[in-house]
Amino acid sequence: MSEATGGIHMEEGGGGKIKKFLYLNRKAPYGTIYALESLEVVLIAAAFDQDVSLAFIDDGVYQIVKGQHTKGIDVKNFSPTFRALEGYDIEKLYVEKESMEARSLKETDFLVPVKVVNAAEMADIMQSQDVVLSF
Amino acid sequence: MLHTVNKSPTERNTLESCLKHVNKGSVVLLIEDGVYGALKGTTSTKMVEQALKNFPIYALYPDIEARGMQDRVIDGIKLVDYSGFVELAAEHSSVQSWL
Amino acid sequence: MMKFGILINEGPYTHQASDTAYLFAKAAIEKGHKVNRVFFYHDGVYNSSRLTEPPQDDRHIVNRWQKLAKEHHIDLVVCVAAALRRGIKDENLQEGFRISGLGQLIEAGIQSDRLVTFGD
Repeated sequence: MSEATGGIHMEEGGGGKIKKFLYLNRKAPYGTIYALESLEVVLIAAAFDQDVSLAFIDDGVYQIVKGQHTKGIDVKNFSPTFRALEGYDIEKLYVEKESMEARSLKETDFLVPVKVVNAAEMADIMQSQDVVLSF
Repeated sequence: MLHTVNKSPTERNTLESCLKHVNKGSVVLLIEDGVYGALKGTTSTKMVEQALKNFPIYALYPDIEARGMQDRVIDGIKLVDYSGFVELAAEHSSVQSWL
Repeated sequence: MMKFGILINEGPYTHQASDTAYLFAKAAIEKGHKVNRVFFYHDGVYNSSRLTEPPQDDRHIVNRWQKLAKEHHIDLVVCVAAALRRGIKDENLQEGFRISGLGQLIEAGIQSDRLVTFGD
């Protein structure tokens, strides 16, 4: 994903302001590119020293399930990248309980540690942000 | 915060999902195909009317008119133009687009 | 006066996103606000193609952005990674747009009072 870093200007990074950024993921991977390109933004965002959270609701929860093998569709499997987020100090990953359960998923099905929250808690998380990016 | 929804509720669950995540003090604006969520007598009308008891819902009038839906809007949904959209975005501390 | 940043995730003509974003930006400027940056991501990068030629009776989405940006000093930034994937390069980039990194999107989020996303 190194191509995504082109043109980044750290010194213009916002003059010390720290904002709360939420990356809201509501779409499944592979059928469309949104999940992958959202993750590319998150990786860049890590360099800006902002307060970053990721939320997975609706079909977005499918992005982080274990066992993704994409060789057969000839598309890059980007799911291991979620495991790298910790190295970028991005540790606030929230999964909505209702979305997870509606898809017969459990916390142990995910390839990264997540915090499972209910819809009301998720609404509070959204409300507390300065910037919400949804792709 | 301002939540915007741009999907028809009879095609996607976007509106339903949004309405579950609106806190006190927040509002919803229906734009583009999202304005079909503002209509009377549809399968999602009851859900929208219930939500209206808890927070305001707006719809972008140019999108309603473009689709010929101007006589079908639920009472209580407030209609705005692009200038009103800007005002809503400015009045609330953040904007979340439900895509 | 508020500073608005805008993110556009869809290409022109197929989806209404770029139209809505444009009318939003225009209304914001008319109300005395500032639109400091529009960032084009995903298929949104196609909004910058110099080769765009709509029928004469249709709106010219690319040139409309170019004109608004010129008149109101809006920074039109096209994501480099998304653009290269889709065959948008300096060779076919409309004047008034520039290609740069995703950092410009984060920066818009930091520096604008509101970041508003338009997409599918």
